[in-house]
Amino acid sequence: MTPEEIIKPENKVYSRPRLLTENVTHYCPGCSHGVVHRIIAELLDEMGVADKAIGIAPVGCAVFAYNYIDVDWVEAAHGRAPALATAASRLNPDKLVFTYQGDGDLAAIGTAETIHAANRGENIAIIFINNAIYGMTGGQMAPTTLLGMKTATTPYGRTAELNGYPLAITNLLAQLDGTCYVTRQAVHTPASVRKTKAAIKKAFENAMAKKGTSVVEVVGTCSSGWKMTPAQSNDWMAEHMFEKYPLGDLKNED
Amino acid sequence: MEEEVRLMKGNEAIAHAAIRYGADGYFGYPITPQSEVLETLAELRPWETTGMVVLQAESEVAAINMVYGGAATGKAVMTSSSSPGVSLKQEGISYLAASELPALIVNVMRGGPGLGTIQPSQADYFQATKGGGHGDYHMIVLAPATVQEMTDFVALGFDLAFKYRNPAMILADGIVGQMMEKVVLPPQRPRRTEEELRAQCPWAACGRGDRDHRNVVTSLELDSAKMEENNHRFQRTYRLIEENEIRFKEYYTEDAEYLIVAFGSIARICLKAIEEAREAGIKIGLLRPITLWPFPTAEIARLSKQVRGILTVELNAGQMVEDVRLSAEGRVPVFHFGRMGGMIPNPTEVLEALKNDFPELR
Repeated sequence: MTPEEIIKPENKVYSRPRLLTENVTHYCPGCSHGVVHRIIAELLDEMGVADKAIGIAPVGCAVFAYNYIDVDWVEAAHGRAPALATAASRLNPDKLVFTYQGDGDLAAIGTAETIHAANRGENIAIIFINNAIYGMTGGQMAPTTLLGMKTATTPYGRTAELNGYPLAITNLLAQLDGTCYVTRQAVHTPASVRKTKAAIKKAFENAMAKKGTSVVEVVGTCSSGWKMTPAQSNDWMAEHMFEKYPLGDLKNED
Repeated sequence: MEEEVRLMKGNEAIAHAAIRYGADGYFGYPITPQSEVLETLAELRPWETTGMVVLQAESEVAAINMVYGGAATGKAVMTSSSSPGVSLKQEGISYLAASELPALIVNVMRGGPGLGTIQPSQADYFQATKGGGHGDYHMIVLAPATVQEMTDFVALGFDLAFKYRNPAMILADGIVGQMMEKVVLPPQRPRRTEEELRAQCPWAACGRGDRDHRNVVTSLELDSAKMEENNHRFQRTYRLIEENEIRFKEYYTEDAEYLIVAFGSIARICLKAIEEAREAGIKIGLLRPITLWPFPTAEIARLSKQVRGILTVELNAGQMVEDVRLSAEGRVPVFHFGRMGGMIPNPTEVLEALKNDFPELR
């Protein structure tokens, strides 16, 4: 067979999602953000909700999410995305409102906004990327940084005495009456990517069906911040991160 | 709802006016002396009539960011607070200005600094007119002196905010927030439909709908040349606002030999002092800036060529006096008289202050 005989629409198994823009992302090689962006772009298209979607971007590595996914976006101040989403959703009840936030944004500076939006049961989907580090500012400690983990602000490793404990905020959010679906996933294997896609789809469906707040934590890698290769990062994440942040549903009210 | 004459507090009037304007949302947090705004809205339940959203936020920070999120979708949204709470809102106000979003913020000022007092003050003049948050920006600042103006400035504030895509503030004090007066409430205006909103706010991130491109509301621009151009655009807007929107009111200035400049409810105390002085043959006039930004610089400059001296009267240690001095450009002496910490001067004190500064009046 010649290549021309193979390249036919019916043989196509992979292409750029329609809603993923052609902008070159600023993400480092191996970063989990790109995979999650792709999942969101695929889902918004497949679910037919691109014209209804309002994304709220965070401060952190995903600050430019609005350059990559071709729907309406609002760029929030650091940690405030759930407050923006609250108003956007209440004022536009027929729209799909979701936030996309990192661990510093959601679990440090935005803890109050996150907990109260979730506790009010705002009809929004929160996509939470936990890579245990501040990537954008150069690899400082995050609230989710593991004990012993070296970062720019814990150069000798995080200690409980000096820095307190890593915060599994998703477990906390699962306790709130306002959340309907809280899950922790990853994107380091094809199987985990499929599970994360199913989780985000459910979160989007819940938001549209006004079931309350859905939280999808994606445990991710930061090769640059962790100072590892992408392959090493995936191994290290599976070996160390999942112990503190085990994958699976924490709450699922069907 | 038709036009209606009622007796009510300034804070209550803000709530009624917001509903009748057809505002889409209010997001606030309780703080004395303005909690009646949120309380009145909760009692009136506009979500059952006009569909207006009312929400008590978990903090002032969350409330202003809800305003940011709502404004980004093109909605007419507002918040209210008092001085310590407005300090917390400065981050969000800077973002609103930088993202060129319309919004209305009400500050019913109380005495500071710090937790201060719950009594009236005007000590947030600098914060309101000079920026307040980080970066080069201005809000349109309206200073009501009556409960009627509390009502009217809701519509004016929203209209100006949308006209210039810039946040507007009603800078009231605890006096006008708490006192009751007769007020004429305007008839109910319908809220905009989604089609009207999309036509009025083609920039709004309200879902793409039929649009052929995505809308992004952001204050971020890492390319310095582009960020400078953004700043130039903001400044062009501010110059336009300065050209078109300066508002003030003058009393007895035609033949005035001395001028008092005062804003908000204190201007009414000064007016009483001026009327008493005129009975004694002392010709004093009053200029009451209604927009504190843009400031009536040219009019004060004009009057400074007519009068022998100017006194500003403020509930602070001397803030607006700086703008009055810049306007007078050294032509005549400009003095300040102020009370602080929630204390309010009476007309006799105002007149005494004027005579102290200008001994020839004794």
